[in-house]
Amino acid sequence: METNQRPLSPHLQVYRPQWTSVLSILHRITGVLLSVGTVLMVFWFVALSEGEQSYKAMVAFMSSPPVLLALVAWTLALFYHLFNGIRHLLWDTGTMLELKPARTSGWVVVVLTFAAAAIVWGGLI
Amino acid sequence: MKALRNPLERAINHGSAGSGVHHWWAQRFSAILLVPLTLWLVWTLAVLSGADYAEARDWIASPWNASMAVLLVASVFYHARLGVQVVIEDYVHRRALEIALQVVVAAAALVGAIIATIAILKVAFAG
Repeated sequence: METNQRPLSPHLQVYRPQWTSVLSILHRITGVLLSVGTVLMVFWFVALSEGEQSYKAMVAFMSSPPVLLALVAWTLALFYHLFNGIRHLLWDTGTMLELKPARTSGWVVVVLTFAAAAIVWGGLI
Repeated sequence: MKALRNPLERAINHGSAGSGVHHWWAQRFSAILLVPLTLWLVWTLAVLSGADYAEARDWIASPWNASMAVLLVASVFYHARLGVQVVIEDYVHRRALEIALQVVVAAAALVGAIIATIAILKVAFAG
């Protein structure tokens, strides 16, 4: 059966990026980043279980500027995925699916993400 | 050639055979669990920022926090595996590579969850 001559639906890059589509792919991107970030979480627990020396080494590693920057990015990814995940759960109930509430809830998610990250890092620094 | 396997057996895992929504529900259940657990994580990070070793150990060693930590680790790795699984399904079109990646991700999630859980329990039981 010849399949490659069939008409295709337009590829993704044909579309102009939109607020909702950018936020949609961002949910995936942050999800993958958070999955990678779990490595750091595992190392932190292991360091804690192995005694004071390894815990101090871990804290020193996490306080170095590049890792600190990664942690800030990780916090933003975490809050985005959390708030946008709640948005997805609301969609799953069949509500807020129209364009206007979808755009508005997107803005709410973005504002909450930066606000929550600012509160966390404002408290830490 | 006469098919030796019955039609249901051949249909299972090849499209609609009643298991289609399991993955969807599993992702949602773990997502719902992760909402309070993530808030616990953020609270923990806030408490432990600037804490020394003894304080961090005492915090994780309390039964309440150790339980939350184990629950968090289990839910995170389960949810992450489910999510990354779909990402691989969507974007990796070479079947052999796709299956290899699925195995690696599933194994990595399991290994990560077990290592973290044992580390938490070690802290918890050591008091």
